[in-house]
Amino acid sequence: MRSIRSCGEPMTMTKETLNGSATWQPVDGRLLDVRDLYVEFRTRDGVAKAINGASFTLDEGETLAILGESGSGKSVTAQAIMGILDTPPAFITGGEVRYCGTDLLKLPEPERRRVRGAEISMIFQDALSALNPVFPVGWQIAEMFRVHRGLNKSDSRAKAISLMERVKIPGAAQRVDAYPHQFSGGMRQRIMIAMAIALDPAVLIADEPTTALDVTVQAQIMQLLAELQAERKMGLILITHDLGVVADVADRINVMYAGRIVEQADVYELYRLPAHPYTKGLLDSIPRLDQKGQELSAIKGLPPNLTRIPPGCPFNPRCRYVRDVCRTGSPPPLREVVAGRLAACHFSEEVLSDE
Amino acid sequence: MIEPLNDDVSPRHDAAAAETGVPPAVGVPGPEASKDVARSLLSDAWYEMRRRPLFWISSLLIVVVLVMAAFPQLFTSQDPLYCQLILSRRPPSAEHLFGTDIQGCDVYARTIYGARASVLVGVITTLCVATIGVLIGVVSGYYGGWVDTLLSRAGEIFFAIPMLLGGIVILYSLPSPRDPNFDRTLLYFIVVGKVILALTLLGWPSLARIMRSSVLTVKPQEYVQAARALGASPARVITSHIIPNALAPVVVVATINLGQYIALEATLSFLGIGLQPPAISWGIAISEASGLGYVISAPHMLLFPSLFLSLTVLAFIMLGEVVRDALDPKLR
Repeated sequence: MRSIRSCGEPMTMTKETLNGSATWQPVDGRLLDVRDLYVEFRTRDGVAKAINGASFTLDEGETLAILGESGSGKSVTAQAIMGILDTPPAFITGGEVRYCGTDLLKLPEPERRRVRGAEISMIFQDALSALNPVFPVGWQIAEMFRVHRGLNKSDSRAKAISLMERVKIPGAAQRVDAYPHQFSGGMRQRIMIAMAIALDPAVLIADEPTTALDVTVQAQIMQLLAELQAERKMGLILITHDLGVVADVADRINVMYAGRIVEQADVYELYRLPAHPYTKGLLDSIPRLDQKGQELSAIKGLPPNLTRIPPGCPFNPRCRYVRDVCRTGSPPPLREVVAGRLAACHFSEEVLSDE
Repeated sequence: MIEPLNDDVSPRHDAAAAETGVPPAVGVPGPEASKDVARSLLSDAWYEMRRRPLFWISSLLIVVVLVMAAFPQLFTSQDPLYCQLILSRRPPSAEHLFGTDIQGCDVYARTIYGARASVLVGVITTLCVATIGVLIGVVSGYYGGWVDTLLSRAGEIFFAIPMLLGGIVILYSLPSPRDPNFDRTLLYFIVVGKVILALTLLGWPSLARIMRSSVLTVKPQEYVQAARALGASPARVITSHIIPNALAPVVVVATINLGQYIALEATLSFLGIGLQPPAISWGIAISEASGLGYVISAPHMLLFPSLFLSLTVLAFIMLGEVVRDALDPKLR
């Protein structure tokens, strides 16, 4: 692999360089900079505001977790970064997705396509449905090399086998011609990972990569992702609702609620002392062995309907700390509560001091 | 998960092997499978098909019929147009294997020579209908919106016309050259071409509909989205993800329709607007043989062309089924 990390493969093809598309070089180690992103879905029942001003950054070699319930906008964020949202119904109404300083949202589609897979890649939740059922897995991995790198059949096949070995699929050379349904769930996810890292991307987005797997396999997959990341200095965005997975591998955590980032913190800090009532609720709802027999605390109520987000703080109907100021006006902005910690709550200090 | 995994439960490297420690019973290619080249969908389907006896039976039948259509003189030295009225309606004998028809022509020779028209109409119509149907189905299913509306409505207009009625109207509005000195062979192909054109015009909407609905079920699949996320262009998404996954129902219906087209050609010939004597086709032979009283007095006249027609149709349907199974790895 490369000794000095640049954003993906420096473009060696003179044609593309001449066309003016920049070689991707991170600015001060910063790979991705999402600023004030807004995404809405225009449906028959009204406009669902899926993302309402999300901002975050990703550096080289960093693992950023985006944590949230179903419908909090985690996956939509990933799809917006990848540029694979279907328009209509989805519309990106504001913000920037800067990759190595270039706003991807302003790039024409053919150039964006060159970024996908080669620079920013993605793995999906359910690897069975994310692999084409009618082609052997080796063929699908090799397709990445054939299409993007112009390799011939036998070279790309050899590379596919070595990638399958890299993601620790036993007997890769024998199983290269097997079909997705002939693999176990964990093996399929490995194949999906192999496809995603085939072109050596600088950013890997993992959208709930272990949700469909059992716990031991989850641990193996997370371990594999961590190894690959360390080896290639990839930036990893881990989208999950699983607090256990996050704690194990993430460096920083973004907690998302109703399309907003409500808390941003270092993983240990966040687990030690949450600064947002929602994060606190999430952490309290983890079952613990030492509380066996006691009632499990859960966050009351449901996440808001995205077509009718309540005024004020979107979390106010479910919040334990709610006051009048939370129910009106605009949502509280993300502010620095303690050094290096951001939270979007009027009463973060109170939440922090509350045990 | 209860709490962060600590070192005790963190995975060991050999855990990966334990997950699928036993080599899978299915799916490991046999030793005869090529190890050098990644097999494509088609080469894999071929590998699968050639192990099925049904494939060889149907292929053999189809090859025989195709050769019969191309080189009928290989099968019979009799001239199908040489007829002796004195031999009218003779039952099968050593001299005339399938007997003779009303005009005293050899039924065997006429059946052999009749394959050409039926095969031409059946195969070419199916190819045309499938090509147009798949293209239109993919475009309207994948792009949706007003393109879909336009194509679907256009298809429904043709769909609403009964096949036979539409065939009559189209064939009547395209008159053949009436000059008696007009080249026989050319006239034959013009008439066959007209039948193909009529059946194609009326047949494509059914396949386009099937393809469209099939594309609509494939399009939202996660692997299509995954392909886009990994940088596939729309053309590649369509050719390597949408079409291979959506094609199976079309293949099956197309092969079943093939028999229907051959039968329709026969019907049109029977009605006097398809092929005309002295041209020879199974349809003409069947229509002549189903005349009043002939079915009882000379059943061989009806039996042999019908048998050939049925076997041909059956062979194509069987092949269609084998192809469908081979194209669908989940059925293995």
